[in-house]
Amino acid sequence: MRDIRLLTEMFLPGTLIGPFTQANKGLGGVCTFVGEVRGDTGVVALELSHYEPLTLPGMHQLADRAFERFALMGLLMVHRVGMMRPGEPIVCVSAAALHRRDAIDAVDFCMDHLKSAAWFWKRELRGGAWHWIEPRADDTRDLARW
Amino acid sequence: MVITVVLLGKLADIGGAPSLTLGAPRDWAELTAALPTALAAAIGDPRNHVALNGALLADKTALRAVAGDEVAFLPPVSGG
Repeated sequence: MRDIRLLTEMFLPGTLIGPFTQANKGLGGVCTFVGEVRGDTGVVALELSHYEPLTLPGMHQLADRAFERFALMGLLMVHRVGMMRPGEPIVCVSAAALHRRDAIDAVDFCMDHLKSAAWFWKRELRGGAWHWIEPRADDTRDLARW
Repeated sequence: MVITVVLLGKLADIGGAPSLTLGAPRDWAELTAALPTALAAAIGDPRNHVALNGALLADKTALRAVAGDEVAFLPPVSGG
């Protein structure tokens, strides 16, 4: 089962993960990562913008690569855009496979690429002003793992 | 009919709006000449990408936009 989505409204990861797991009959393992807006850095809001013609097609290409690289039964990849508050989910990636290593590695692979190579731009509201988030050296290092 | 220029990320702040429209047709030199100075300077940064009608250009200076085209200016994506 393959489910790749961009969402403009708040979502509850649990409502996606249950049906996703059920849809992959006979699986040996499921690995799920949920990323949320951190609440420890004085951030009041996070806004994610995207470019429609590139962002979702890019997520589908990433899913294609994950299916080629790992022995997957299913992949769920859901990403928010728009305005979010601390504690709200931004991203949920879940992979189902016969064996745990494929599921765990596929989620790690997708997350590293979503964070540093997908078409999203983020800005944070902190101290009463918006600040764009720039690429970090860590992101390049994360990508080089693959 | 015009060319629509879509500005992503902080390029929208630099350009003062999320999009702008320009008369058509225009090549790269003609397009950048019509942009606000700060935006034209930012667009020259090799880390910024350009897409024509949703397809990334390997060489942005080869751009030729005609009426009805959408040109997007894409700064480096944000990290984690």
